Amino acid sequence: MDPRITIIKDRLSSVKRIIAVASGKGGVGKSMVSTGLALLLSKKNHKCGLLDLDFHGPSCHIILGVDKLELIEEKGIIPPTINGIKFMSIVHFAEEKPVAIRGKEVSNALIELLAITRWGNLDYLIIDLPPGMSDEALDIMRLIKNQEFLIVTTPSKLSMGVVEKLIKFLKSMNANITGIIENMVMTESNIVEEFARKNKVRYLGKILYDSELESCIGSIECLLKTKFIQNLLEILEYMKSLSC
Amino acid sequence: MHEWALAEAVIKTALEVMKKEGGKKVVEINIVIGKLQTIDMDAFNFALGELIEGTPAESAKINFEYENPVFKCINCGYEWSIESLDKLLGEDEIEAIHFVPELSHIFIKCPNCNSPDFDVIKGRGVYIKSIKIQE
Repeated sequence: MDPRITIIKDRLSSVKRIIAVASGKGGVGKSMVSTGLALLLSKKNHKCGLLDLDFHGPSCHIILGVDKLELIEEKGIIPPTINGIKFMSIVHFAEEKPVAIRGKEVSNALIELLAITRWGNLDYLIIDLPPGMSDEALDIMRLIKNQEFLIVTTPSKLSMGVVEKLIKFLKSMNANITGIIENMVMTESNIVEEFARKNKVRYLGKILYDSELESCIGSIECLLKTKFIQNLLEILEYMKSLSC
Repeated sequence: MHEWALAEAVIKTALEVMKKEGGKKVVEINIVIGKLQTIDMDAFNFALGELIEGTPAESAKINFEYENPVFKCINCGYEWSIESLDKLLGEDEIEAIHFVPELSHIFIKCPNCNSPDFDVIKGRGVYIKSIKIQE
């Protein structure tokens, strides 16, 4: 009997809204969206947590410009706070070493993190998931019952094709899908809006391709001034108005 | 004290099992400690003692069984065990594995083929072997 499973619900009991950021494809900007949302929510004085669950390719810490952080042990682990965001990631333990683990072990590592992390009171917990119908996505559906999924896609057929499978899968699992964010938009088109309509998922808005964004990775101050963040803020305001 | 979080999980599980089975008291909890996680038993015992106080598990007998970690290489099939991580790894490495035992894949390699691709088939961490309930 794995005792850790029982305690996960308690660890998240004081979190008002859990948003898992997912996509079918890699490279569509999930981690940028996750981290950007956490920064914006924190800036607006919401108590916010950010959980990077991409064990094979964690990147939220790079976006935030975080090196090694000291962990506080107090009846578990208190996530370190960056710019007001309680931030938990495998990099706190593995640093920049590659974590080559398979299915069952991914689950075990995820359960361990959920069981030992004390988030406390949060208005929002943003979870950055790895691409696709990963072990991490399957596990959070199994272990966390009240989260909602936020899907990120680019206006590329390659991304939307895989995202469509993800939507079908999430719907088959009765998951709560908040909507789709269209990211890295370079030309005027309504292809993703139509795609969302066809798949009966809410279209939340678009983020224009921001050529300045790359140079701001690692600097929170710089990131908060980008057009990317301005576009994301409009989407966030819309999301906050929705009752999920 | 990371051990507290695990002890909390053990006691909560025992009490939930008791409730589910319609019992009134938890009389025995048999816990297996996988040595890969290098649990500090003083801290773990202290936490268990504090957490059961005033609960229907207060007088439960808590027994421990220890398991050395056993690994099986996925690449070559070799199976091996480690008695003590101290002789093999540094303090920081042991601490990383203590928090997340799956990080052993970073620091431990198959002694036969040097692959980090192995299963931990025994001795990973804390689990409950059995719970005795009084009705």
